[in-house]
Amino acid sequence: MDWVDYLIRSVVAVVVFAAILGTCTLLVWFERRGAAWMQVRVGPNKAGPFGLLQTVADAVKLLTKEVFVPDSADPLVYRIAPLLSLLPAFLALTIVPFGPGFHIGDRYVPMQIADLNIGILWLLCMSSIAVYGYILAGWSSGSKYPLLGAVRQSAQVISYELVMSLAIIPVVIWAGTLSTSGIVEAQSRYHWYVVPLIVPAIAFFVSGIAETNRPPFDLVEAESELVAGAITEYGGVRFMMFFLAEYTNIITISAITTTLFLGGWNGPILFGTIAGWSVVPLWGLFWFLLKTGVLLFVFIWVRVSLPRLRYDQLMTFGWKIMIGVNVAVVLAVSFVIALMEQGALPMFWAPPGR
Amino acid sequence: MTSVQSHLSASFAAHLADAQVAVEIETPEMTLNIGPQHPSTHGVFRLIAKVDGERVTEVEPVLGYMHRGYEKLCEVRTYAQVTALVNRLDWLSGYCNEIPFILSAEKLMGIEAPPRVQYIRTILSELARQATFLVFLGSFGIELGALTPFFHTMRDREKVLDLLESVTGGRFHPNFNRVGGILDDLPPGFVEECAAVMDDVDKMCDQVDALLFGNDIFRERTLGVGVIPLDKGLEYGVSGANIRASGCAADVRRDEPYLVYDEVDFDVVTDTRGDAFARAYCRLQETRESTRIVRQCLKALPSGPIMAKVPKVIQVPPGEVYVRAENPLGEMGYYLVSRGGRIPYRVKVRTASFNNVSVLPWLLEGVFMPDLIAILGSLYFILGDVDR
Repeated sequence: MDWVDYLIRSVVAVVVFAAILGTCTLLVWFERRGAAWMQVRVGPNKAGPFGLLQTVADAVKLLTKEVFVPDSADPLVYRIAPLLSLLPAFLALTIVPFGPGFHIGDRYVPMQIADLNIGILWLLCMSSIAVYGYILAGWSSGSKYPLLGAVRQSAQVISYELVMSLAIIPVVIWAGTLSTSGIVEAQSRYHWYVVPLIVPAIAFFVSGIAETNRPPFDLVEAESELVAGAITEYGGVRFMMFFLAEYTNIITISAITTTLFLGGWNGPILFGTIAGWSVVPLWGLFWFLLKTGVLLFVFIWVRVSLPRLRYDQLMTFGWKIMIGVNVAVVLAVSFVIALMEQGALPMFWAPPGR
Repeated sequence: MTSVQSHLSASFAAHLADAQVAVEIETPEMTLNIGPQHPSTHGVFRLIAKVDGERVTEVEPVLGYMHRGYEKLCEVRTYAQVTALVNRLDWLSGYCNEIPFILSAEKLMGIEAPPRVQYIRTILSELARQATFLVFLGSFGIELGALTPFFHTMRDREKVLDLLESVTGGRFHPNFNRVGGILDDLPPGFVEECAAVMDDVDKMCDQVDALLFGNDIFRERTLGVGVIPLDKGLEYGVSGANIRASGCAADVRRDEPYLVYDEVDFDVVTDTRGDAFARAYCRLQETRESTRIVRQCLKALPSGPIMAKVPKVIQVPPGEVYVRAENPLGEMGYYLVSRGGRIPYRVKVRTASFNNVSVLPWLLEGVFMPDLIAILGSLYFILGDVDR
């Protein structure tokens, strides 16, 4: 790697960062309009065409608000908490392969900020760190509702992180690699893991909803119970950081679900053979964004459709059902893979290179 | 004592000492003020809750933030003016509040309103009941985290309110009743319009039944939550759908029929479970019964005058009377004392919500924080009705 490669990586990182910010803005608008559509309302439609600039207007409002620290808050931790929430959210996105890499001249341009060899573990690390953002926010606010929200958050995220890791393990076993681009490569030729691994796929997405504190698992900011949960005492730009972190996390979960289970940037069968996506990297990007977009819609759809679980029901669901089922799946998948490698079973849904 | 036994007792003692330490480092209870400004208390209701983690150990409701002294104000208003006040007790079903007051005044004066008036009053009462229950069906979902049903039920509630408005000119506070009759006749085309809206309300009920009450998470959250046993409910004077859900078939409309409730056919919906789900489900079924009543009234609506023969100046002869009615939130009663003249001497209002929330300290002991919200929502009280 010489300086040109570093420059290319930096440009990719900046482009991705900007794209994520833009997508967050769009996603908030999409969620509000989509929810309004399902709830016989109109939704924001005044700022800009179709209300597209509403989020921008909101952001400007939040940015220009007074930045304050409540009297009862712990000033340092109160200030750090939003950063602790936002940074891991962005860092988690670095491992997502948005499309196949391509060459300009003899330079390789990856559509991914960092193709780490620990790959998917990075996501788990980052989502573990992100918990601290909410916990510290709730604790440092010096207020009771945020404290309750923080307590809920710690228990909820730790439980569902476990589910998430267990849902990832079968994919890693099947693909034989932790690298996210490696997992996408393994799913080429239409061997999408959602087919053999439908149970972990659902488990991953559901625990993703729980990790991002979205309904029906939004106990942390259950507005009818805890007002706004852990972030009740936050306002202005710090509130915006939490908000941005939440939406970045939603995008991350959708993108990782696409990567792990829906074949990443691989196109569907017919289209792939006809248009020859492999030679045009932008097609890969298109398919990736389309699949991620569908999952983002599912996030909104679920939010509008379902009531909120109770705290103990969430825990029971996580520990007794999700973890149990996923441990069974991990064992079963390991067994099947072992049998296939021994030649006792035909290579079902064979990953390339096996 | 053998050596084994002494060894065991020594280890028990060590464990006991450990347990002692655990008790000492146990965190104290946290006092949590729920309200007066809280999204789920429907106004300025305040609960001082002692919470141990997520579990509520003790609750003390604090009332009176909404006290407006209406009972006292009634003593310096003429009978015609009082209806404007009592409209604002349970502000969601303002029309229903007028009925028992007007009936008590009519009873003291020995006047009976003409049949057409009785029918129109019944129709409007039931419309107000539907509007109130549609708010409940939506807002109960919100308390459990389901936002969507609220917008749908509010849309259909708007149609019901439009009907009320077309007759009375007011959506919330019609102030439409007069002693001996009503202000105005039904507008042309009301019967057809009303029948169409009843179909919409029924359709909405079906949707809520299927999508909200049929939802697994909703059932998990409400079934077995906040059970009021029948004897406890009766002790606390709980009324309306809250007590019917506990298995008591008490409905003033059937027990002591007023207006034309003895001429229409309807079921008193009861349930035996007594939990939040049963209370909500009773209200859903009662909305359906209500549309049934309205349809029958529309069909049987007689023609005739809309005002009985009453003196120009309403003067109620001395006496006292208690009239009760089945309002959407429960049983409402007016104890009216007159010493003659144009103004009441004393008006004591028995509002359903006040008695319904009195069961809260008993009911909320030891529940989870989210259940507390579900129970508050399922009891369905209106602060104006609690504090008067």
